[in-house]
Amino acid sequence: MDTSAASPSTQPFVEFDRVWLAYNDDLLARNVFAVEDISLQVGQGEFIAIVGPSGCGKSTFMKLTTGLRMPSMGKIRVGGEPVTGPLKISGMAFQSPSLLPWRTTLDNVLLPLEIVEPYRSQFKDRRKEYEERALKLLDSVGLGGMGKKYPWELSGGMQQRASICRALIHEPKMLLLDEPFGALDAFTREELWCTLRDLWEAQRFNVILVTHDLRESVFLADTVYCMSRSPGRFVVRREIGIPRRRELEVTYTKEFSDTVLELRGHIGALRTPVNQ
Amino acid sequence: MNKKKQVERWSPWILMVAIVIVWEVICSGFGVSEFIFPSPSRIWEQTLEHSATIMGHAWRTFWVTMAGFGIAIVVGVLLGFLIGSSRLAYAAIYPLMTAFNALPKAAFVPILVVWFGIGAGPAILTAFLICFFPITVNIATGLATLEPELEDVLRVLGAKRWDVLMKVGLPRSLPYFYGSLKVAITLAFVGTTVSEMTAANEGIGYLLISAGSSMQMGLAFSGLLVVGIMAMLMYELFSWIEKHTTAWAHRGSQG
Repeated sequence: MDTSAASPSTQPFVEFDRVWLAYNDDLLARNVFAVEDISLQVGQGEFIAIVGPSGCGKSTFMKLTTGLRMPSMGKIRVGGEPVTGPLKISGMAFQSPSLLPWRTTLDNVLLPLEIVEPYRSQFKDRRKEYEERALKLLDSVGLGGMGKKYPWELSGGMQQRASICRALIHEPKMLLLDEPFGALDAFTREELWCTLRDLWEAQRFNVILVTHDLRESVFLADTVYCMSRSPGRFVVRREIGIPRRRELEVTYTKEFSDTVLELRGHIGALRTPVNQ
Repeated sequence: MNKKKQVERWSPWILMVAIVIVWEVICSGFGVSEFIFPSPSRIWEQTLEHSATIMGHAWRTFWVTMAGFGIAIVVGVLLGFLIGSSRLAYAAIYPLMTAFNALPKAAFVPILVVWFGIGAGPAILTAFLICFFPITVNIATGLATLEPELEDVLRVLGAKRWDVLMKVGLPRSLPYFYGSLKVAITLAFVGTTVSEMTAANEGIGYLLISAGSSMQMGLAFSGLLVVGIMAMLMYELFSWIEKHTTAWAHRGSQG
């Protein structure tokens, strides 16, 4: 496996070329955009984080990347192909785990396989095999033996782990996380950082992590993008040079806190005009 | 603690017995005429005396109600599914349905008699008309209140609207559905009885009218008692089914 930070120069995996989005025609006519002039290139297997104040269009960015929304202007390419509709090669997880309460944790994780092809048509025949895969995945995030439990029997952190498993069960090329650890306590959050880091290091899928936790973004990502508040624009692109594999101790080093401080400076600078 | 639970469990029975005793005492104590307000003991006597007749009428009311209720489930679920899954259908149907629901269903009975004649037809349809609305509303609510995140999770996998409905919407609306059945079945008994009072020669509604007109007040009260018992039993049945099929929705404050 390639352990160096992916270089965005060769054939980017995700490419935004001056993308603008207004949520409807009315807003478009009045030139009110949720995100403006977004350009970026993400390399194969790169872990990027997008940080910014709430309401700055981070979630909009995710919807654009997955093809749930089409840009008003500009082009988006994923895997070399223009995005024309929902991308089945991606998995999503959100701040709320949104597991289905009538399904066991195992069945919740299996849900994507009941929907996405080619698993869907083989689901009945190969259920045993899929179940094993799901159990293995649950095991790898520390949920061994929890498959038969219902979501409401799990703690918040465990539910979020299960939710990430559900996002990964169909082996997506791209994982999209929208503030996935926002509702967890600090210790659980750090545990889950490590879980996510281990999953990513093992499988090297692309990750787009939307967060407002700067430490989280610096700890996990190869590249951090700062977004300004409405309209959402990228203002800073910062590559994180901290070598892999990163342990939690790294968050207490000077290099780490300097990076966080620097990013914080960008956010702070963005905030000032809003407060005036 | 345990004793408190016991009391709670038996409280409806205790209350009922208390009411019956007070009723009996008032009737015998003040010497109230049985043609005005019969005592519980008198009602019980009459119930036993006419038990064969009452059972016949009760059976009629029961199956007529169940027929109307059955139609209401089918129509209610289909309509609820349509309204809950399509914004257009919601916009088009909901206002009309609300207006329709505001009409007193007893007012339909004379019209139904013209169309179907005296008998089971009007009663079944009245029961249906009065009880499909809560079923429809509850199914529609269950389907329409999906978490947008969950929908995104599935849509990004290429799920069609139908997939989302079958995998998430329908199971999610089941507790609402069972909840509505409990309300609907009691309403259905109201519909049947009201219709039978004017448009049937059989059933508890008919029994009430004929007992009333022949001043057999005890018998009239027996009729009320029987409808009440049937409605309560069906209510308990559906609440039992609800508890045992959608346990996940009744897990208390957790989650």
